[in-house]
Amino acid sequence: MADQTIICRCEDITREKLLQVIAEGCHTIDEIKRATRAGMGLCQGRNCRKLIAEELSRIYHIPVEEVLQPTFRAPVQAVSMGMLADAYKEGAGE
Amino acid sequence: MRETEILVIGGGPAGIRAAITAAELGAEVLLCERDGWLGGQLIKQTGKFFGREYAGQRGFEICADLLAKLHNTAKIDIWLDCPVLGIYEDGVVSCQKKDRLEKIKPQRMIIATGAAENFLAFAGNDLPGVISAGAAETLMHMSGVVPAQRALMVGAGNIGLTVSYQMIQSGVEVAAVIEAAPQIGGYLVHASKLARTGVPIKTGYTIQEAYGEGKVEGARIMRLDETWRPIPGSEEDIACDAICLAVGLNPLAELCWQAGCQMELIRELSGHVPLTDENLQTTIEGIYVAGDICGPEEATTAMAEGKLAGANAAASLGYDTEQAQAARLAALAELGELRAGPMSARIKTGLDKLREKGAAKHA
Repeated sequence: MADQTIICRCEDITREKLLQVIAEGCHTIDEIKRATRAGMGLCQGRNCRKLIAEELSRIYHIPVEEVLQPTFRAPVQAVSMGMLADAYKEGAGE
Repeated sequence: MRETEILVIGGGPAGIRAAITAAELGAEVLLCERDGWLGGQLIKQTGKFFGREYAGQRGFEICADLLAKLHNTAKIDIWLDCPVLGIYEDGVVSCQKKDRLEKIKPQRMIIATGAAENFLAFAGNDLPGVISAGAAETLMHMSGVVPAQRALMVGAGNIGLTVSYQMIQSGVEVAAVIEAAPQIGGYLVHASKLARTGVPIKTGYTIQEAYGEGKVEGARIMRLDETWRPIPGSEEDIACDAICLAVGLNPLAELCWQAGCQMELIRELSGHVPLTDENLQTTIEGIYVAGDICGPEEATTAMAEGKLAGANAAASLGYDTEQAQAARLAALAELGELRAGPMSARIKTGLDKLREKGAAKHA
């Protein structure tokens, strides 16, 4: 049976999908994010980041300390495009 | 752009204590809290605390005292419903205030964003009814909602044990508490209290699967061998309508990463934490941290760390009075006392490892 266990709840990414993109050559949390959107949802990776790091550690036989962490950027949580547009218009978002 | 001497990010026990301490020393403080209320996790804790200072007091009572003190302290501005979104290279902080993006330029920052609950990968983990122990606590103690009729608790640390007991008090039947480790992780006083109500605490068990049509109707658990592998044939089904996860916390340190603080993964501190010195200053000058972001611990240690960070941040701005020195020493003494017990061995090992990494960097 394919592994339908959910790893990233926000974007509905299963372990099967995760293993597939790793087999296709994704080596890091950031690469997996770009290929699947895992970590790009509402919680911004708070739930799945650790689980993905554990999978990478297991597959590549490296300690989890050595799994490359993703780049952290603002905003830390989802914001509305309208709010950003207003800030830009007012010159607060340059 | 709003300017302030000290920006405190996070209105839980660490952030509140940091704000009070810094303001009492004369610093001007802005406190930003993501939620619409202050008090973090402390406000929903109904259990009695140990330790000297707060012995016998319940979490929400300690919280009420803290909030009264906060509101009676001059020079503290509080922004609620105000998540901080980013920290930029020039030291500018962005946050969402109501529906507007606001910018803050603080001279010092104390990041006290706490920790998040760990998620667990198992089949059916997305079924409605799979919730964190913290969510069960929020439902019961903040919303007045009974979270389930019959629940399975995954994790026998202090959170798993105490929330299980609180669920029983709320009328929930707790089917069992399972724990992957061969022994109970939390205080035995909590475990005994729970065991006396007849709840089985099964160590060396993991959850294999949550099952049900459209919602949780049960959990399949399995025994683990000495190498933590599930033993085939040991499957057991437990009927329940909620599965609560209490499988640890991890520090909420995104803002530290963004700010460029040096981060270290320390297993004993439950994840990546910012490297700090004895003043709780990170590797970025002017950015301090306090509370669970330094490694999830107790509300009592979070408050002591808040006091330490608040005193140091204020002192670095020139409010370096005898009073500041006294607050710093009192906070250090408090931390020493709180961490004296055997349950703090792990966190102490973690802090030692962190300080070693710091020493290696500066050598």
